[in-house]
Amino acid sequence: MSTPRKQVHLAAHFPGVNNTTVWSDPQAGSHIEFSSFRHLAQTAERGLFDFFFLAEGLRLREQNGEIYDLDVVGRPDTFTVLSALAAITDRLGLAGTVSSTFNEPYEVARQFATLDHLSAGRAAWNVVTSWDAFTGENFRRGGYLPQEERYSRAQHFLDAAFALFDTWDGDEVLADRAGGEFLSRPDVGTFSHHDQHFAIDGAFSTPRSPQGRPVIFQAGDSDEGREFAAATADAIFTRHATYDAGRAFYADVKGRLAAHGRRPEQLVVLPAATFVLGDTDAEAEEIAQQVRLQQVSGATAIKLAEQLWNTDLSDLDPDGPPPSFDPVVGENTIAKGRASVRMHKDPVATAREWRAKAEAEHLSLRELIVETTNRQTFVGTASTVAQAIDDHVQADVCDGYILVPHITPGGLDRFVDEVVPLLQERGVFRTAYEGATLREHLGLGAAPRVMRSDVSTGALS
Amino acid sequence: MTRPLHLAVALDGAGWHPSAWRLPTARPTELLTAGYWVDLARRAEEGLLDLVTFEDAFALQSTSTTGPDHRTDRVRGRLDAVLVAARVAPLTQHVGLVPTATVTHTEPFHVSKAIATLDYVSEGRGGWRPQVSARPEEVALFGRREVWGDPFVDDEATRALVRDLFEEAGDAVEVVRRLWDSWEDGAEIRDVASGRFVDRDQLHYVDFEGRFFSVRGPSITPRPPQGQPVVVALAHAEVPRAFAARSADVVLITPADNASATAQVAEIVAVRRDAGRTGVDHVFGELVVLLDDDQARADERWAQLEAWSGEPFTSDAEVFVGTPQGLADLLLARAEAGLTGFRLRPAALPQDLDAIVDGLVPELQRRGAFRTAYEAGTLRDRLGLERPANRYATGGTR
Repeated sequence: MSTPRKQVHLAAHFPGVNNTTVWSDPQAGSHIEFSSFRHLAQTAERGLFDFFFLAEGLRLREQNGEIYDLDVVGRPDTFTVLSALAAITDRLGLAGTVSSTFNEPYEVARQFATLDHLSAGRAAWNVVTSWDAFTGENFRRGGYLPQEERYSRAQHFLDAAFALFDTWDGDEVLADRAGGEFLSRPDVGTFSHHDQHFAIDGAFSTPRSPQGRPVIFQAGDSDEGREFAAATADAIFTRHATYDAGRAFYADVKGRLAAHGRRPEQLVVLPAATFVLGDTDAEAEEIAQQVRLQQVSGATAIKLAEQLWNTDLSDLDPDGPPPSFDPVVGENTIAKGRASVRMHKDPVATAREWRAKAEAEHLSLRELIVETTNRQTFVGTASTVAQAIDDHVQADVCDGYILVPHITPGGLDRFVDEVVPLLQERGVFRTAYEGATLREHLGLGAAPRVMRSDVSTGALS
Repeated sequence: MTRPLHLAVALDGAGWHPSAWRLPTARPTELLTAGYWVDLARRAEEGLLDLVTFEDAFALQSTSTTGPDHRTDRVRGRLDAVLVAARVAPLTQHVGLVPTATVTHTEPFHVSKAIATLDYVSEGRGGWRPQVSARPEEVALFGRREVWGDPFVDDEATRALVRDLFEEAGDAVEVVRRLWDSWEDGAEIRDVASGRFVDRDQLHYVDFEGRFFSVRGPSITPRPPQGQPVVVALAHAEVPRAFAARSADVVLITPADNASATAQVAEIVAVRRDAGRTGVDHVFGELVVLLDDDQARADERWAQLEAWSGEPFTSDAEVFVGTPQGLADLLLARAEAGLTGFRLRPAALPQDLDAIVDGLVPELQRRGAFRTAYEAGTLRDRLGLERPANRYATGGTR
């Protein structure tokens, strides 16, 4: 027989605040009511997915000094909704994005340890950094951190959190009724963590959780981000979902692990991916085109162009050509609170590229934006999509996908009903959960532990 | 006819007596599991209780006011209360869920969206017990402020610190309430014709500027089902009483007798009126309770707990050891002082919660002093509290 085939990992992203979620569709439900979270999470669990994922944003986005009103806006608190989801799922991992910038390690460590206890070992933390003063205005310390310090703070934040997770060994609770000893030793949870960002001391109040620490996810494509992931993360989110870009990224990050004393299977590479299914490939393509037009209205096209051009384009006709002038260079003053703005590394070059494309293909501004912002990854019948996913994973484009449906909450139904069985038939997707914890679903070994060289029972005076 | 009482139960660890975990009925190895908390909340719901509270603090439990006590004979270690309440929410239908969340070291923005989300996942049963953190060891857990001394020393510096902590707490509750109001109820318009998902005129900056922090807003979470979840605050001294009277929907007090209850209720009502607050003046009395079928058995169990503990139990709240009938007598007598309900702290869990549900509740029902079924509605509805009008709403929306 042939060698065993590489297994596909799948996860579900609850669509957050973006222009890819189609709220105007008659099938689109609430983005905030718990029933929507329940439906998507239970569908993902029915499909035997590894985990459910929530993004985060800590200030409503603005453009031209006004709150952005064209996209879905509003989201619940990450920890709270994940804890509630733990009540109505049994095996599904629960992954949340939590900023290392606008939080403190003690509190976040305690929340993740709690979530891991309350979900019996299913918690995951997507560590993100932020620095902007715009978001900082919602927090005590205000406009916050020099940009160059954000990764440093993130790394030290994680170091501090890891130290806290590991303060309890996990065997301290005796609950010996007869002997009257609840704990096996008096110094439980004791820690002292001092570095350039944090100086904290005390006793961590939450005993060791089932996974020891949550599964750590990292997103970020810079050299710094990749190195951070190779050193620390259990899984990496990437935008490189396409064949060639994915293979290059995959080889790069997996190649970095050895230098950190880690094996390739200790970092799971998961791009975000969208999908559109149809009864025939042609029908799927037709639906996909309609979805793109729902995602990019004329008004949205103008707003997205403004984010690149960094200037007011409200007088522009979206059905006419793109602006003939170059973007305003320098700090983006038009769009606040958008990660995407930072991805336009060279706005002038990008705009020139876009103009050339529009001219060559006779595209209006709206058509241009539809083309250039299109991130639809898999379009076709269930069979086409299953084969494409399998092919990509076998070719080391990635280890699986985080699926982002464009309809909430029913956007995953058809995928689970039609694509998952085909992946199972191909022998590349589980037919039942084998493990109980998220670490087990992802094929990760036991969590590494911080050696507590500075803490011992004898150190107490 | 007796006025019906409101009843809350305070859940914490294995119960409020430090030796409760040693009872055969205790579940000391399950205190960090979801099942334990779900069972307790469901039990409270079987008793038709108004709400349960979940205790919390950042530091490890300690008998010392300044740091860990390194004791091994008592329950140590616990979970974040907001997450526990959220974990329980989808598995209950009626009982109100009120976690403690500290305001001293936390971000009001995070607290606001967490409690709003609790209100969503419980479909209108969420509440919040804001609590200050006066313990110096908790300052060190965050490393952001100068560490202070023992908060129970009675000197001017400590009194000033306590006043500051409660002033900050008042600001925190104000910001959180503003953030809950920062979305009008109808802000999500989904107007396909104009392509607008929200009406930005119904989203509001809260622009809070205070001594301790400033917050711009709006919230990232839309206005929760109750408009504003129910704020519950414990007040056992003058400064916290003034804070609770101004900031909370339900004030918890710890009177030793009817006379002090009467005086405290009057004080709270006066502060509320001065602050321009209207509506029901909910003041609940606090009691630690150990219940058994007869007085002798109750005394015996209490004596056993005290013997295990090796030192007399002390509490800010009155302690009742006796029968459900005796407790019903006491509650109805105490209610004469103007209390609208009680928060009972079971000495041992789940045993004394069971006794409340199976003994006290039927006894109060027999006397016409407690509901016999839940009516539909939110926690606010159950407490007879209006859904607050949105302070920012200018149009017809509420």
